[in-house]
Amino acid sequence: MKPAPFAYTRAKTLKEAVTLLAKHKDNARLLAGGQSLIATLNMRLSAPDLLIDINGIKNLNGIAKKGKHVEIGTLARHTQVERSDVIAKHAPLIALAMPHIGHPAIRNRGTFGGSIAFADPAAELPACLLALGGEIDIEGPSGKRKVKVDAFFKGLFETALRPQEMITAVRVPAADKATRVGFAELARRHGDYAIVGLAASARADGKGHLADVRLAYFGVGDTPFRAKKAEVALAGGDVDAAVKALDLDPHDDVQATAKTKKHLASVLLRRVAKQLMEPQG
Amino acid sequence: MSNHTVDISLMVNGERVQGRIDARKTLVDYLRDDLCLTGSHVGCEHGVCGACTVRVDGEIIRGCLMLAVQCDGAKVETIEGLSDSGEIADLQAAFEQRNALQCGFCTPGMLAAAQDLLKRANKVPSRDEIREHLSGNYCRCTGYHAIVDAVEAVAQARAKGR
Repeated sequence: MKPAPFAYTRAKTLKEAVTLLAKHKDNARLLAGGQSLIATLNMRLSAPDLLIDINGIKNLNGIAKKGKHVEIGTLARHTQVERSDVIAKHAPLIALAMPHIGHPAIRNRGTFGGSIAFADPAAELPACLLALGGEIDIEGPSGKRKVKVDAFFKGLFETALRPQEMITAVRVPAADKATRVGFAELARRHGDYAIVGLAASARADGKGHLADVRLAYFGVGDTPFRAKKAEVALAGGDVDAAVKALDLDPHDDVQATAKTKKHLASVLLRRVAKQLMEPQG
Repeated sequence: MSNHTVDISLMVNGERVQGRIDARKTLVDYLRDDLCLTGSHVGCEHGVCGACTVRVDGEIIRGCLMLAVQCDGAKVETIEGLSDSGEIADLQAAFEQRNALQCGFCTPGMLAAAQDLLKRANKVPSRDEIREHLSGNYCRCTGYHAIVDAVEAVAQARAKGR
C-alpha cells in the first residue's frame, strides 16, 4: 500500500523540531531513520498530517566516552554504532546486539534514538539499555530533562516520552575490567524481530561469582522485562536454579506460543549465563 | 514551510534529476513511476523482502522505507546504474552461470546487497557471512544455495585478482 497524504518539513534545529511538535501535537510525527515509521505509513497503520524530518539537525549523532559513561546521539545510525570503536571498547553489549538489528540496508538508515523511542517489545536496543541501566536525555517545549532507563519503558510501544518531546541522547555506563555482558536471541530469520531474546550484564566480583546481574528479556511481553528472581539465582552461581526461578509470563503471539517462548527463554538463559561466567575483554 | 509537494534535485545513476514530487512518495515509487527505472522492484512495501534495495550515497537502503523527498541532494544508484557501469558484471555473470535466479524478481536487490558485502570485505567472506548479509533479501525460487555459490565464487575470483 501507499501512505496517506501528509505534509513534510525539515527541522534544522532541535528547538524547531520540538516547537513544531508542540504546535501540531498528535497530528505530527518525527521522521528519523523511518525504518518503522515509513512501514506503518505504507500500511496506513499511521496517518499523521505532518512529518517533521529531523535528519538534518546537526550534532545529534555523536558517539563518545564521557567520563564513566558512553553517550550515543539520538541520530546515530545503527551502522555507525556497529562500526564504532568506542562502542566496541566501552559498550560491548551494544556491540554484540548490533548485528541482530534488522538487515544491513535497515541498519544503514535506522537510528539509535528512534529504536528507543519506538520501544518495540521485541527489539534489541531497549532490552540492551534495560540490561545496562543509564539514562535518556529528552528535550521538549519546556526544556530538557533526563529519565532513568529503569523508568522509561512503560507499556506496549509506550514510554516516558511525552507527545511533544524527543530523545536527544542516551548514556550507558562504560564497561570496565569487571564488566560481563551476554547476548542471545532466537529469530525465524537472522535480522527479524526476535521470538525471544536476552541481553544481560553483570560484574565479576573477583571471587569467581557474579554481582549486579541484570537479565533483560525481549519478545516476552509488552516491554523489555527484567527477570529479577533469575538474576538473584544466577548471582548465586546456580544456572539450574536461575532457570527454575525464571519469572516470565509471556503471551502467545504470531511467532510462538507462551509455552514455547518460556522454554526458549530458558535455553537463552543457559547460553547467556555461560557468556557471563567466562572471562571477557 | 511545510507542504504536500516538495521540489527535489538529486543525482540518479550519474545524471542530475529534478522535479516536484508528493512528499508521501517513497523512493522506489519515484524511481519506477517518475523516472521509469523499473529494475528496482516493489515487493512487500514494509521493509521485509529487500526487492527494492538501492544505493543512496554509497550505502544500500530499502527503497520502500525512504521517502523520495529525503533524497534531495543525494546520490542514488539503482540496478540500472550498477549494471551500466560494469561494477557488478562479474556478479551478474555468476548469477546466470549458477542459476542463482529463476523468476528474477529478487535479483536486482540481491545483486545490490551482494555487491555491498563484496566491496566492503577485505577478505573472502564465509558462506555464513554471505547468508547473513543477504538475510534481508527474500528469494522464493532458488532456495538460496545457488545465490550463495555465485557470491562466493565472485568473492574468490576478485580476491585472486587483487
